[in-house]
Amino acid sequence: MKVVVSATGDNLSARVDRRFGRCPWFLFVDTESLKCEAIVNESADAASGAGTACAQLALEKEVDVVISGQVGPNAYEVLKQGGVKICIVPQDISVREAIDRFKNNELKQMEMRVF
Amino acid sequence: MIISVASGKGGTGKTTIATSLALCWGEGLFLDCDVEEPNAHIFLKPHINERISVGIPVPEVDESKCSFCGKCAEVCEFNAIVVIKKKVLFFPELCHGCGGCSYICPEKAIKEVEREIGVVERGRSGKIDFIHGILNVGEPMAPPLIRQVKRHINSGTNAIIDASPGTSCPVVEAVNRSDFCLLVTEPTPFGLNDLKLAVEMLRKLTIPCGVVINCADIGDEEVEKYCKDEDIPILMTIPWDRRIAEAYSKGITLIDALPEFQNSLSQLYGKIERLYKR
Repeated sequence: MKVVVSATGDNLSARVDRRFGRCPWFLFVDTESLKCEAIVNESADAASGAGTACAQLALEKEVDVVISGQVGPNAYEVLKQGGVKICIVPQDISVREAIDRFKNNELKQMEMRVF
Repeated sequence: MIISVASGKGGTGKTTIATSLALCWGEGLFLDCDVEEPNAHIFLKPHINERISVGIPVPEVDESKCSFCGKCAEVCEFNAIVVIKKKVLFFPELCHGCGGCSYICPEKAIKEVEREIGVVERGRSGKIDFIHGILNVGEPMAPPLIRQVKRHINSGTNAIIDASPGTSCPVVEAVNRSDFCLLVTEPTPFGLNDLKLAVEMLRKLTIPCGVVINCADIGDEEVEKYCKDEDIPILMTIPWDRRIAEAYSKGITLIDALPEFQNSLSQLYGKIERLYKR
């Protein structure tokens, strides 16, 4: 399965970044082989629409799952429409650990709250 | 002459000065360009007789013509359009209405439709022609509405523009092309910090400015020192006075509450006129 994790650095030891649209790095990880591709988030400093741009990137890369600390409403909408699952990591943990927890079915899937 | 009133820091007395200066002038245009939170009408109590809806052009995609090539999403500086397989998603609150997407669409599948962002109201307060913009709640983009408020300025008319605090896009839009900008500040480190930012902004826009120090007997001497060093004229000082705050809280203008300010406000206007003509 292909997942993308919002991360603070460019390898599996980096922390999961709490933000989806504004994180510095995206790690595209194959959950079986743990092969990992790191891409700089060029939208991190976008004036607006960082979330939608990152969601579009995730869809272009054909990921099955997004793992992040929080996903905003616009990115959520794009990912939902694209059929991508969103898993939320509530704690400050490494990307490697997040992948492990995901494989053990320990991560919660995101439900959008309507305010 | 067009005089804009700005501040940097919020709550220093822009509306207090702008409304009383307008009453002192007695005629001309008054434009409340603080469209996110217009409040000058509370003081000038205009009789509103015109209300115009203001919108920005946003894309409408005809998916039967769309080839899902993604060029619209690529060109959008604000990531307001996302193209996924066989779907185009549009996020209206991110759109700045530039029209780039409809221009670039090779299939001519995008047309522009109007989306309301607020209203402009016009009325009279005595001999003053009063206009303000009211941005719809939750709407992030003030400049297109401010432009519509400012469209009422004709060459040769005298106008006072009440701007919003800060130095962001709405403020730039409000003060831009004014002949003179009055910066209302207070003699505190906060007032000074934001005054410096406002002065920097005005220098980039090449608009001459002068300072009004409100609550002049609180705080420190740093604002005066800064103005002296930077050769910015201090045109008026208003002492801290509870009666001014009480009047403000009841929607009463400075000049109505404390008529003794009539004189210094006329002088303020005279000083601005002399600086403008220089």
